[in-house]
Amino acid sequence: MAGQSHQAAVVEFDHVTKRYDAPTGKESGKPTPGAVNDLSLTVPAGKICILVGPSGCGKTTSLKMVNRLIEPTQGRILIDGVDAGTRELTELRRSIGYVIQQIGLFPHQTIGDNVATVPRLLGWPKARLRERSEELLAIVGLDPAKYRDRYPSQLSGGERQRVGVARALAADPPIMLMDEPFGAVDPIVRDRLQNEFLRLQETIAKTILFVTHDIDEAIKMGDLVAVFQTGGILAQFGSPLDILAAPASEFVARFVGQDRGLKRLSLLRVSDVPLQPAVTARPGDSAADARRRALDDPQRYLLVIDANNRPLGWVAHGDIPAEGTITETMPNPVSPTVNKRTTLKDALSMMLDADVQTGIVVDRAGAVQGLLTVAAIATKMREGEHAPAFDDLGALGEAESEAGPGEIDPNLDAGAADQAAIEQGTV
Amino acid sequence: MPPGTKIFDPSWVFSHLPSIWERIVQHLQLTAVPLALGIVISLVLAIIAIRRPVTYGPVTAITGLLYTIPSLAAFALLRPIFGLSLLTAIIPLTTYTLLILFRNFTAGFNAVPAEILEAAEGMGYTRRQRLLRVELPLAVPLIIAGIRLASVTTIGLATVAAVLGDAFGGLGQLITEGIQGFFPTKYLLGAALSVLLAFAADVLFVRLERVITPWSRARAGAR
Repeated sequence: MAGQSHQAAVVEFDHVTKRYDAPTGKESGKPTPGAVNDLSLTVPAGKICILVGPSGCGKTTSLKMVNRLIEPTQGRILIDGVDAGTRELTELRRSIGYVIQQIGLFPHQTIGDNVATVPRLLGWPKARLRERSEELLAIVGLDPAKYRDRYPSQLSGGERQRVGVARALAADPPIMLMDEPFGAVDPIVRDRLQNEFLRLQETIAKTILFVTHDIDEAIKMGDLVAVFQTGGILAQFGSPLDILAAPASEFVARFVGQDRGLKRLSLLRVSDVPLQPAVTARPGDSAADARRRALDDPQRYLLVIDANNRPLGWVAHGDIPAEGTITETMPNPVSPTVNKRTTLKDALSMMLDADVQTGIVVDRAGAVQGLLTVAAIATKMREGEHAPAFDDLGALGEAESEAGPGEIDPNLDAGAADQAAIEQGTV
Repeated sequence: MPPGTKIFDPSWVFSHLPSIWERIVQHLQLTAVPLALGIVISLVLAIIAIRRPVTYGPVTAITGLLYTIPSLAAFALLRPIFGLSLLTAIIPLTTYTLLILFRNFTAGFNAVPAEILEAAEGMGYTRRQRLLRVELPLAVPLIIAGIRLASVTTIGLATVAAVLGDAFGGLGQLITEGIQGFFPTKYLLGAALSVLLAFAADVLFVRLERVITPWSRARAGAR
């Protein structure tokens, strides 16, 4: 059953083109909305690939060519190496989960029957249909006893969207196609549905093609992101971090937004940055020894901790007495504490709020693991960064310095900038 | 009206219950058969029209034209062919239902939201499965609305079939006899029963719709 299954398929677009006849009277040669131009990309099994781009860029067309609601003009789509065009149409579609923005639940069927749609088409016995739909309602967080016999009109938008996902999963398909699945619900519900879906994907591990026009959703949800531009051209295909760090063209840079540095920070976590050791002492320890050690440390601060290694606060080395012992009253209040799962964006924000250069990283028990410095975040941001060589460089550079107070130089690597310029020329 | 005749004579009614009942049965037959035929023909035409939208215009034009033929003229035209038979009554009564039914049925199919059709297609319904399990059930409210209208119209119109004779004349026969025999009880009764029948049919179809579309009741009593 889907809850335990890890069945997924590789989806490969092989030089896929879709042309629409230009509306009469319009200039030929101009791309028609929804057209796709020589698309080649491979989505590995079990990954979420987001197709993102402005409206009319061909992202939905590309999605619908997988379950052949639209047939390609040229090229093939291979599912685990088999050309989808050669498969029997209804059999193909029943093996692919399909979720659309308007959900399209059948208003005349109960929630239970809606969820069991594809298994019913596949001729499963009645008892198993019921069992399966109850199982799936539970998976998407809806109490089967409460929802099974209701009709779609009795559900809220968020609940309906969950039912839509359950319905798409019903026959345990190796592939899911999701066309702006969370586009019609309010931002708070959307955020919750996105998080729930990511958690669900951890267990079901389907191959998912997911269309959105929202770059933030793309970055949040995608293992891979395919950025489309008008004319059905694939502008860039890569991980969200790659795309944010090194947009392949001016179009991509503009599309991901001037705050792409901040967006990267929201994808990176404290665990991605090397932590610095802290100079620590407990109340009762020798002040002279602590003073010497603090002086040797570039930070020149002493972190006072309790018996369980929990931070009590900072003491500047000049404030440490030359003799006697460390006391509990010495330290100033602690700077923000973060854990390894905290995003760099949140960590940085906390440090800016507290007006400090250093955050204390603690484990679940609150024990000190090390220090996170603004400088370390800045160094991390420099990794993998290709300085963009586009016209709006200035604006992007400004965004960058906002993101990393540790002075990220947008032109830090002239070689990388040249490289990007060359790549841009060939796009 | 001869002097001394009562406007309405209940004692006549009570003494003629079996023959009145027979007229009611005849009338139901005169209504139900054309209605059933009309539903089948219109459903087929409507399904063709949603698959091939070009046919919608011509079908509307033809059924509209048929609707304009006066019923008496239609009986007169068909009498040389089918004689004073039930068929002569049923053919025009059937054609009169087509315009209303066809237009309501196509409206019902067209009212099914596009995203529901797309979801059905994307999940692997065959065309036939989609028609029978999705489009038809969702078109039911407008289909029933058409049937209600057609049944009420046909019940009224069927009284004219009395011109075709006593054998299957229905309530129209009562009315005609009442007028010709200056006997108000008969035509008043005929008219009243026709109205009651139309009313009953309407109630019946409203009930039927409620029974076969439980989801629309769920909406009314939301959450």
